[in-house]
Amino acid sequence: MVGLSFALYIGVALWSKARSTGDFYVAGSNVHPIVNGMATAADWMSAASFISMAGLVSFMGRDGSVYLLGWTGGYVLLALLLAPYLRKFGKYTVPDFVGDRYYSQLARIVAVVCAVFVSFTYVSGQMRGVGIVLSRFLNVNATLGVIIGIGIVFFYAVLGGMKGITYTQVAQYCVLIFAYMVPAIFISILITNNPIPQLGMGAVDDAGINLLDRLNGLNEALGFDRYTDGSKSKIDVFCFTAALMLGTAGLPHVIIRFYTVRKASEARASAGWALLFIALLYTTAPAVAIFARTNLLETVTYEQNGELQDIRYDDAPEWFKNWEKTELIKFNDINEDGKIQYRGSKSETENELEINQDIMVLANPEIAKLPNWIIGLVAAGGLAAALSTAAGLLLVISTAVAHDLLKGCIAPHLTEKQELRAARIAAGVAVCIAGYLGINPPGFVGEVVAFAFGLAASSFFPAIVMGIFTKRMNKDGAVAGMIVGITFTAAYIIFFKFIRKDFDSPEFWLWGISPEGIGTIGMLLNFIVASVVSAFTPQPPDDVQALVEDIRVP
Amino acid sequence: MATSDKNRTYWRKNLQYLAILLGIWFVTSYLCSIVFVEQLDKIQIGGFPLGFTFAQQASIWIFVVLIFVYAWLMNRLDKKYQNDRDNAENPE
Repeated sequence: MVGLSFALYIGVALWSKARSTGDFYVAGSNVHPIVNGMATAADWMSAASFISMAGLVSFMGRDGSVYLLGWTGGYVLLALLLAPYLRKFGKYTVPDFVGDRYYSQLARIVAVVCAVFVSFTYVSGQMRGVGIVLSRFLNVNATLGVIIGIGIVFFYAVLGGMKGITYTQVAQYCVLIFAYMVPAIFISILITNNPIPQLGMGAVDDAGINLLDRLNGLNEALGFDRYTDGSKSKIDVFCFTAALMLGTAGLPHVIIRFYTVRKASEARASAGWALLFIALLYTTAPAVAIFARTNLLETVTYEQNGELQDIRYDDAPEWFKNWEKTELIKFNDINEDGKIQYRGSKSETENELEINQDIMVLANPEIAKLPNWIIGLVAAGGLAAALSTAAGLLLVISTAVAHDLLKGCIAPHLTEKQELRAARIAAGVAVCIAGYLGINPPGFVGEVVAFAFGLAASSFFPAIVMGIFTKRMNKDGAVAGMIVGITFTAAYIIFFKFIRKDFDSPEFWLWGISPEGIGTIGMLLNFIVASVVSAFTPQPPDDVQALVEDIRVP
Repeated sequence: MATSDKNRTYWRKNLQYLAILLGIWFVTSYLCSIVFVEQLDKIQIGGFPLGFTFAQQASIWIFVVLIFVYAWLMNRLDKKYQNDRDNAENPE
């Protein structure tokens, strides 16, 4: 199954080789909006979306909504405030726009550095995901898994550039959504008799009890919070969601996809298609989360004379023991009664079971007793999600280096052929670095992702929006805003995530806002500083004002 | 109509659409799904508590609809703008 999917990607890549820099950077700008929507969806949905998100929501209950809302709502901002205008502007990259609009090499370089940094942090997580999937499902050593992954990405990203990536991403979207939906539909039928997971989560059983009420009851009985209640503060949830949305809209590997369609109107439609394809998975995930949680709790307990009892370890189902071997499930019989006591923090009994969030998706096929080929399908789906995102990110890095840095700043007289070669070399080098990071992951990948979103939210998003919507915004204002936004956000995150981890709790946070959500405040600061500074400095030159005028109309 | 006037009308209409659609976006994602979620949860439709459903299902579908509505409105506006320009170039 996995081999088949790999062969498919290579075939697609051979068929769509890049011949010019336009092909390499933006696939010749003639991709159909629906095709681009699919590619964007695959580009966006990473290994984390595919493997971890349902599990994360499953353990967080309503608090998990921050990811569901945050990683989809950004597309509304993207479609309404950014994508069409950037497409009208033309050229190839985000630093291109920032550099030209703010007539400043400094602004361009700040944008390049941010784009490269954000992309590298992201890509190392994807490579790690490739290693994990291959080693868990196929018993390949994780290092070898990463090397196989690099080989494939190297082949089609270096050869095909954006053109190759676009069409392989379409294939990868099909593989990953099929692999996600099939087990989800089966488990939905198993638990609710409804084949549509999104409807199944609101199912009412024969006794007239709602699935969600049943789950709330089980959670409470075992000392967890009710599933549909939240435990985080409102302001933190608010800022966290906003930071993810603004970050999504500002991430360069997402924005660059909208340069590949023919015109601004297609960029709008394409964003709609992209979100529709993403929504398929993102609305299934919370349903899977609910089914998996219910199923888990009903596996470790049974009812006797109307009372909830813990099952004996010896009676645990086979999938439970299989996944114990991978250490994704850990059972430690603390009170030595041979029973599995799975308890939340509100219970007086000590918890004996530790469960990794990834299991909620990975073990689904086994829990639903599906045939072996579906397990292979899930592996192929996880790989598709990781590889497609990795490829998109690598392209941003290679474009930033070859086009923005080399051609834009250092050697403007490069011929097209030389630039194309430079882009290929940059992509090659980037793949190798990403592979290295995947094999030897820095211990702080999780923290760094918060960083990536915070930076994108507090730098790119305001700079681009102001560049389009206020003609008066000038170089001084934009640069000052970006610097203040980034410095504030970075300092806050570095302090709580790296320097004083012991202070990383609500009572020390500024207004109770977590480091994950601080990008929102950084963005507001950026807007304020930029407006104030630009009011006291000269207007942008006439040709820049004419440029703004021009990107606003069709 | 002079080009600059036409551009200004087009842009003002666009900003109007943006204000309305982003207003809906804000209400569904921040007010219904986060700020007033508990109050909405008291209303239950079938097995779906309203606030929770907004946060984990409905908002996402509304986002999709918002983008398509915007794309449709703007295509209509683009066409009108194009017609106005053609008429200005070939006055009868």
